[in-house]
Amino acid sequence: MEQLAPRLSDALAHLPDYLGAHVLLSASALLLGLFLSAPLSLAALRWRNHAGLILGGAAVIQTIPSLALLALFYPLLLLLSSATRSLTGAGFSALGFLPSLLALSLYSMLPILRNTVTGILGVDAAVKEAALGAGMTPFQTLIKIELPLALPVIMAGIRTASVLVIGTATLSTPVGQTSLGNYIFSGLQTQNWVDVLVGCVAAALLALVVDRILALLESIARGRGGRQRLAAASTAIALILCAGAVAADFRSVPGYVIGAKGFPEQYILAALIDQRLTAAGLNSSTRNDLGSALIFRALTAGDVDVYVDYTGTIWTNEMHRRDTPARNIVLEDVSAWVREHYGARVLGPLGFENAYVLAMRRDKAESLGVRSIADLAPLSPSLTVGGDYEIFRRPEWQQLHAAYGLDFKDERQMQPLFMYKAVADGDVDAITAFSSDGRIAQYGLVTLADPKNVIPPYDAILLLSPRRSNDRALISALHPLIGKIDVEKMRGANLAVSRENQQSSPASAARDLWREISGGGSSE
Amino acid sequence: MTASPTNPAIEIDEVWKTYSPDGGFVLCGVSLAVEARSFVALTGTSGSGKTTLLKLINRLIEPSRGTVRVEGADIAATNAVLLRRRIGYVFQGVGLFPHLTVAENISITPTLLKWDRSAIARRVDELLDLVQLPRALNTRLPPTLSGGQAQRVGLARALAAKPGIVLMDEPFGAVDPITRDALGRDYRALHDALGLTTIMISHDMMEAVLLADRIAVMDSGEVVEYGETADLLSRPRHNSVRRLMRMPLEQAERVGRLAGLS
Repeated sequence: MEQLAPRLSDALAHLPDYLGAHVLLSASALLLGLFLSAPLSLAALRWRNHAGLILGGAAVIQTIPSLALLALFYPLLLLLSSATRSLTGAGFSALGFLPSLLALSLYSMLPILRNTVTGILGVDAAVKEAALGAGMTPFQTLIKIELPLALPVIMAGIRTASVLVIGTATLSTPVGQTSLGNYIFSGLQTQNWVDVLVGCVAAALLALVVDRILALLESIARGRGGRQRLAAASTAIALILCAGAVAADFRSVPGYVIGAKGFPEQYILAALIDQRLTAAGLNSSTRNDLGSALIFRALTAGDVDVYVDYTGTIWTNEMHRRDTPARNIVLEDVSAWVREHYGARVLGPLGFENAYVLAMRRDKAESLGVRSIADLAPLSPSLTVGGDYEIFRRPEWQQLHAAYGLDFKDERQMQPLFMYKAVADGDVDAITAFSSDGRIAQYGLVTLADPKNVIPPYDAILLLSPRRSNDRALISALHPLIGKIDVEKMRGANLAVSRENQQSSPASAARDLWREISGGGSSE
Repeated sequence: MTASPTNPAIEIDEVWKTYSPDGGFVLCGVSLAVEARSFVALTGTSGSGKTTLLKLINRLIEPSRGTVRVEGADIAATNAVLLRRRIGYVFQGVGLFPHLTVAENISITPTLLKWDRSAIARRVDELLDLVQLPRALNTRLPPTLSGGQAQRVGLARALAAKPGIVLMDEPFGAVDPITRDALGRDYRALHDALGLTTIMISHDMMEAVLLADRIAVMDSGEVVEYGETADLLSRPRHNSVRRLMRMPLEQAERVGRLAGLS
């Protein structure tokens, strides 16, 4: 508990940055959603027989899980970006703001569309008939009579949409957009519950405040003679947005973009890279919690300049290789492949591997007499295995099955965060652990040997984007890291940010790691 | 009570109307000529096609076949929106715009016709006087009005742009009998004073007989009889019309007997 105050002030230090980006994204998405909904609403009202089709389309979009919708926009925009680049010579960044903006505005459309259409259809038929009878055109009837009368229903839709967008905007973090979701994603990974709470509370408060502001606007608009007040309120909102835009623009320092996937080791390494660049006098910004498939694409497209990936990931996911040659061969092949296909560069291995390994509790392994996966295989029909969200669908898992004849009673997916505890508590018999995770030692687990070399090597490597592949300043700043981080050092740093007591921030773990590498003495 | 013989203001010529290609006809070859400055009551059972016939005249409904002429011109060739601005329209639902003041409701058509502001303001006061409402009402919103007041505002709105023709669909249906009687009489006086041509749908035979110069009786999409009110009262050609026309007299006698007994 004594850690609460510093953690809170750490978290609040990011608030202007995260909140500003969140407000700007949500407001833009809502405005774009309104902008797109207006003609669609008109179309639905004009061709009432097809209104169901338009509303149905919006409903289908709503059923797509928000995270998937956000992620789907990245490859789509990437295609578009390369198309515009080949046509006009200038592309745009497909990472971050744009995919988030598009996905969120699509999301906001259903409540706006549905309420606009039902609100206008619900206007008293006698009033509509009177308007036409008095000689109004259908358009005049819509603008002067139907819209004002449907306003409460339409505003209710806009308010629903705003709450929806503000909530869903927290999910834009994995596509590289800064938002209040940064608190939640990294907080969950490092078990920093203060961060998680700050993110949730800030998003909820923002949603409430915006809802109240919209309610106020509505009451002003409905009040008579409130044109000036309405104009004043709209101007105030526009000013807030401009301020946000200026702040966001100020925030986006030009420089190197460092990427990180969404787990503690990546945060530490991103922080380490950031500190090295700063020490070399280079500007940089970090995008944490990027999706694992997205980040490689972002690097090759130049949206991310540098990040740490693992040879085995590129070997299986990108190169679609199923063989497992020796560690140095895989490293060479991966380096050659990214250079030939994308012009990207593997600067070198950091020195440790973060491979999938099967881990068990030491006492359990000993009582069963299990030392390797081969020993485990005949016992597997009576055992339960836990793993992260992707392992059971990955080719390595199928290859393990085939090579050793594994056939577990049950395969349970869980948050990587909880699986070490789950195996330590005996909820599952084995887990697919990560070899550099500090919790293997913390929970007294043993890792099982892979005598048939089924799992490819997962050497941590520094990747540079095509644009930065020969950037001398960048290379000389990062060169001291190559080959300097052995698995013990990485496990220690990982444990420091994920243990329950005396937990460090990724940045301070990175500083400690650097002291160890550079021989500057330990702070522990 | 009889209108002077002039050119017909409205001519309906062999009009047929169906709402679905395979369904029955709501109007079956209706022809009706309404002379300028006359007051015609349109009566008949529910579903006989009265409202459809009325809405053909301001093109809220288009005929399937046949022509409608207003002041000599085939309305199919005129702009429907401009036509409606020349014709007053009052109906049972009134349909006052609930978010606009009484004055804004009344001035809707003059505003659409781009009258200047001071002329509209003068016209609103004039109309409130004409329909016998206090001028102080002009800033009120419709939901705060009584049923009778709302009907009078509806009437003022219909008359605002000085139309020559007024179409009324059960205009006084939703108010109490005393208010209804007063509204009817006041309107008839306005009709005469302003030289209007009026077609009014009414279910109430007493009202029709007392207000109209001519009565048209409809049944199953046809006009079964159309003539001077006095002629229909004394010499109806159809039995159904005879029964209908005797209603006001019989009711008056019954009321008289009851009054005599007490």
